[in-house]
Amino acid sequence: MPESGPQAVAEVIPRKEPGLIPWTTQLARLPWWGLILLLLGVALVYAIVTVPNYTDAFYFIAPGLKITLLVSVSAFTIALVVGLVVGLGRISSNPIVYNISTFYVEVVRGIPMIVIIIYVAYVLVPILVSVVHSLGEALQTVPWLANTGRAMAALHITDINMLARAIAGLAFGYGAYEAEVFRAGIQSIEKGQMEAARSLGMSYFQAMRYVILPQAIRVILPPLGNDFIAMLKDSSLISVLAVRDLTQLGKLNRSRTFRTFETWNTVTYLYLSMTILGSMGVKWLERKLKTGV
Amino acid sequence: MYENIIEIRHVHKRFKHVQALVDVSLAVRRGEVLFIFGPSGGGKSTLLRCINRLETVDEGEITVDGIPVTDPHADIDALRAEVGMVFQLFNLFPHLTALQNITLAQEKVRKRSREEAAEIALRLLNRVGLPEKADAYPRQLSGGQKQRVAIARALAMNPKIMLFDEPTSALDPEMIKEVLDVMLDLAREGMTMVVVSHEMGFARAAADRMVFLDAGQVVEVGTPEEIFSSPKEKRTKEFLAHVLY
Ligand SMILES: Nc1ncnc2c1ncn2[C@@H]1O[C@H](COP(=O)(O)OP(=O)(O)OP(=O)(O)O)[C@@H](O)[C@H]1O
Ligand SMILES: [Mg+2]
Repeated sequence: MPESGPQAVAEVIPRKEPGLIPWTTQLARLPWWGLILLLLGVALVYAIVTVPNYTDAFYFIAPGLKITLLVSVSAFTIALVVGLVVGLGRISSNPIVYNISTFYVEVVRGIPMIVIIIYVAYVLVPILVSVVHSLGEALQTVPWLANTGRAMAALHITDINMLARAIAGLAFGYGAYEAEVFRAGIQSIEKGQMEAARSLGMSYFQAMRYVILPQAIRVILPPLGNDFIAMLKDSSLISVLAVRDLTQLGKLNRSRTFRTFETWNTVTYLYLSMTILGSMGVKWLERKLKTGV
Repeated sequence: MYENIIEIRHVHKRFKHVQALVDVSLAVRRGEVLFIFGPSGGGKSTLLRCINRLETVDEGEITVDGIPVTDPHADIDALRAEVGMVFQLFNLFPHLTALQNITLAQEKVRKRSREEAAEIALRLLNRVGLPEKADAYPRQLSGGQKQRVAIARALAMNPKIMLFDEPTSALDPEMIKEVLDVMLDLAREGMTMVVVSHEMGFARAAADRMVFLDAGQVVEVGTPEEIFSSPKEKRTKEFLAHVLY
């Protein structure tokens, strides 16, 4: 009498016990790369604690972490705002808004990030400052705006330090990429959602705010997380403006001590610690968004 | 007060390669149930969507309660709040519960307090037979239940007119009745309704007039009595012969 159901199958195909897999296969399945990375990390921490050359390099370079994080977080926050506004502009039915947004996105995405940073720092910011300056001079002649005018006219290019210009440059560059993330996320939501919201009398912005964006955010969050990690790495480019981030302090330590190995091992280690933690966070987020509501 | 709550005058609408509406003129009286039927691609959805300007017209004029919808300067948000719309695929907001689906526009458009909106929502859920589904998300509801929530969501705005675009076409047969029953109740209470549907039983029971729309043209208008027993146009006869046994 043939049995049916799972038992019958179990008779034919013996269930695989973990112990029955050949040990070579088990070894091959281990995440060796992670293990090696961890060992290297432990070795480096050990070196920093016990080897004076490494200790010295670490203490000189570590303050750069603060600058790297400060620049990345503030530039990314601004890039998110720019991205949302420009992303909405890219799907706007207003041809002027659409064309300005698309111009920005296409131009910025066609330029290497390091060139954007240099361009913003040495061209755009000075232009902006001189515009504010001349506007202030003009306003001074208007009686009730004289004070505002004087304050604006007092603005000088040396008032905008390189840290601020670095943040502006990265935000300007990343805004274009985030705009595309927002646009794609919004467009992934079915057209019927907007129509249902509008037919209830909601305005376009109400529909965006309460109906479209809360749904799009699930699509948008993982790529935003990845872009933040990319920003952490690209923030090293601001060392061209002599901002004392991790990379710049690495360069300075190298020329100060001539200990190339110790310097760049430490810098690499610090970047990797941040980016690996970050990508673990993004993976966790992705899994949560997939399984959650 | 205008006797005709909706007036459609000489409306033309063209998409890239198709003429969706050709010189359509229709009027809907206050409290009337107008039933629109016709072959696929005949322009039924397009006509309905022009009434609350989900589509713009190329030519002609539409007024709703005296307000010209086709005027680009009309306050379209205010007008849409007065015109409820029910879609074939429900279009419930999936990130909100049934209750929140019904309260959102009440709060944001009608500016009702959260408590008042929730009270109205619960009353309407009760009315469409779903009092226990207030906290359910759309994905936890059957098609028929989703459509009834969608009707409640539209009714919560206290619309003067309800537009239905094939509200039962995406439903399994056993769920069609529960949605039609809600619509029938609404018709009996005197709601002005424009219904695009293939449910001839509903037309017979509730429609005041029927409109046969084919190839973007109004072919024939008449009472259900006239349309079912003595249609004047050959095209109407042929279509009815196809859909009725
Ligand atoms: N957004 C659009 N772009 C291009 N063509 C469209 C668009 N919407 C509708 N059409 C075309 O206009 C015509 C009328 O479409 P409509 O959806 O109004 O027909 P319908 O009577 O509602 O048909 P169905 O019973 O299939 O829903 C069709 O030929 C359709 O392909
Ligand atoms: Mg249709």
